[in-house]
Amino acid sequence: MVAKLPEKEHPKQSFGWAARDQSGVLSPFKFSRRATGEKDVSFKVLYCGMCHSDIHMVKNEWGSSTYPLVPGHEIVGVVTEVGSKVEKFKVGDKVGVGCMVGSCHSCDNCTNNLENYCPQMILTYGAKYYDGTTTYGGYSDNMVADEHFIVRIPDNLPLDATAPLLCAGITVYSPLKYYGLDKPGLHVGVVGLGGLGHMAVKFAKAMGAKVTVISTSPNKQQEAIERLGADSFLVSRDQDQMQVAMGTMDGIIDTVSAMHPLLPLLGLLKSHGKLILVGAPEKPLELPAFPLLMGRKMVGGSCIGGMKETQEMVDFAAKHGITSDIEVIPIDYVNTAIERMLKADVRYRFVIDIGNTIK
Amino acid sequence: MAKSSEAQHPQKVFGWAAKDTENGDEDVSIKILYCGVCHSDLHSCRNEWGNAHYPLVPGHEIVGTVTKIGSNVKKFKVGDRVGVGVMVGSCKSCEYCKQDLENYCPKHILTYNSIDNDGTRTYGGYADMIVVDQNFVVHFPDGLPSDAGAPLLCAGITVYSPMKYYGMTEPGKHLGIVGLGGLGHVAVRIAKAFGLKVTVISSSPRKESEAINRLGADAFLVSNDAGKMKGAIGTMDFIIDTVSAVHALAPLLSLLKANGKLITLGLPNKPLELPIFPLVLGRKLVGGSDIGGMKETQEMLDFCAKHNITADVEVIRMDEINTAMDRLANLMSSTGL
Repeated sequence: MVAKLPEKEHPKQSFGWAARDQSGVLSPFKFSRRATGEKDVSFKVLYCGMCHSDIHMVKNEWGSSTYPLVPGHEIVGVVTEVGSKVEKFKVGDKVGVGCMVGSCHSCDNCTNNLENYCPQMILTYGAKYYDGTTTYGGYSDNMVADEHFIVRIPDNLPLDATAPLLCAGITVYSPLKYYGLDKPGLHVGVVGLGGLGHMAVKFAKAMGAKVTVISTSPNKQQEAIERLGADSFLVSRDQDQMQVAMGTMDGIIDTVSAMHPLLPLLGLLKSHGKLILVGAPEKPLELPAFPLLMGRKMVGGSCIGGMKETQEMVDFAAKHGITSDIEVIPIDYVNTAIERMLKADVRYRFVIDIGNTIK
Repeated sequence: MAKSSEAQHPQKVFGWAAKDTENGDEDVSIKILYCGVCHSDLHSCRNEWGNAHYPLVPGHEIVGTVTKIGSNVKKFKVGDRVGVGVMVGSCKSCEYCKQDLENYCPKHILTYNSIDNDGTRTYGGYADMIVVDQNFVVHFPDGLPSDAGAPLLCAGITVYSPMKYYGMTEPGKHLGIVGLGGLGHVAVRIAKAFGLKVTVISSSPRKESEAINRLGADAFLVSNDAGKMKGAIGTMDFIIDTVSAVHALAPLLSLLKANGKLITLGLPNKPLELPIFPLVLGRKLVGGSDIGGMKETQEMLDFCAKHNITADVEVIRMDEINTAMDRLANLMSSTGL
């Protein structure tokens, strides 16, 4: 049996930009999406954030990519159609979709609102949906997803600056809560000031923490303190600064995905401190046992968040006026944006203006 | 472990019996009956951590009887059976000391190879007597035998404390215990007393019968049996890793369910390799733990007395200590993961 062309696979026409091969270069792509099922919500995409994971996937850096690949998992827009059994949304609602569009709904994780840890969780793009077809992401004009995986965007949040919450936001919000770093008065360190890092600073401050940004770039200091509200800034290559800060932090959210040493970060923690990694270097890192044991410290990971928590995070952001710092771009700038992201030349997220530039 | 006598010392230590210090107001003098041989004694004697000061008298699993008490000592009387573990002092004023976490006090004083409050070196339990501040002495419960109970003072508390701290006391949860040595075998017994399902993970297939029949473990996994390890992927809520040599963490992390916790208790002198993807994708964590505070040590001894938990021991004479240490070293190098 010959595989159907992407355009003919489903009844609803879609237009987006896709990577065709490991070069990761994106170009216009016609494809199709399923008709709105009884539990589905369809929406017109207005904005989509560009996440570093999009780059890993378009370039097949994790070895799991199939092409053509339409990335994008920080998707926001306006509902155009709802299925007959949809209860929570109606046409005209402002909604978003993040990194997942499906899960098994029956395992322990799903039952506990932890769809992100379900072994059968379905990614928003580059994965196989229940019907065997490939999922396509938000660098496209429309989107359809099961109601369970749709997030409502409160009216007071601007759609463009809210899109990155759906991946970057939840990725740092979830571990701040799970690892108990959301209590007022705690001292939280944030390593790396990029898409994830700048969101971590904002959320941690809103939760009442004292925040120290730890970065290799001294030129980010002023911005960290004056614009983002961090309380202090540590240049990680400055041995003296790092020495003085040893044993001062209750927790650290480490957003860096490049290889980097854990020992100095463990040293910054107080006893019983927690080092949480949300960026994932491909190769293992060295874990020195002495500081871990002598201070009863821990190193943990975290990956996005469940749907209930994602909604909670968006509502928290609305209440505290938290959005992402973004640079809005037209879709045809996307390949240049990728190059700039690779040089960390963005403050702090590119958001594609899909509504006005994908036609 | 070693029955103490005077003037017999391990080869690597050119020392003498513990100094007969003046008994202070808070001090308890103890005639030592038994002392456990802990792998840390080996690490220290052989300067594997690079901090040994010779002469070095090791030993921090000490059981003995009180021979003299200082004027402020109310908790103990002459003739009491007592224990001394890994610490003999702390600052008593920091936030950790105030929370009964003397083991995390930045100024805590180790039973041996450490500097005491008066500036002198501390000497441990491979000796005939020791003098210790009453706050660092525990009552040895009546139900516990001195010889088989001594290892609880380090091995016992070292596994009991993380089981409590990391929430491993919910009956029915599944705990994996890596390494069936001094720490591991005591961990199996304590974990079963908490109502956990226990799987022992070991590189020695010959330990299986003992693990299941004698210690009460529910299952046994041979760590270099790829098929068996694969079958156990994602089945454990917790793992306590007692292996002191450098070893791979990746296979252990894969045994954990999502949100699972790997607690490592060994202190190799080189870092471990930590793969990050499994931590992130499964929200797993790797944590450490270091003995326990004094209050918790007493609690652990009382718990063990109540549940008849002791260590499996081989009693040796003091002059057999060097052979014992060689045997311990060989055991670890051949069975480390």
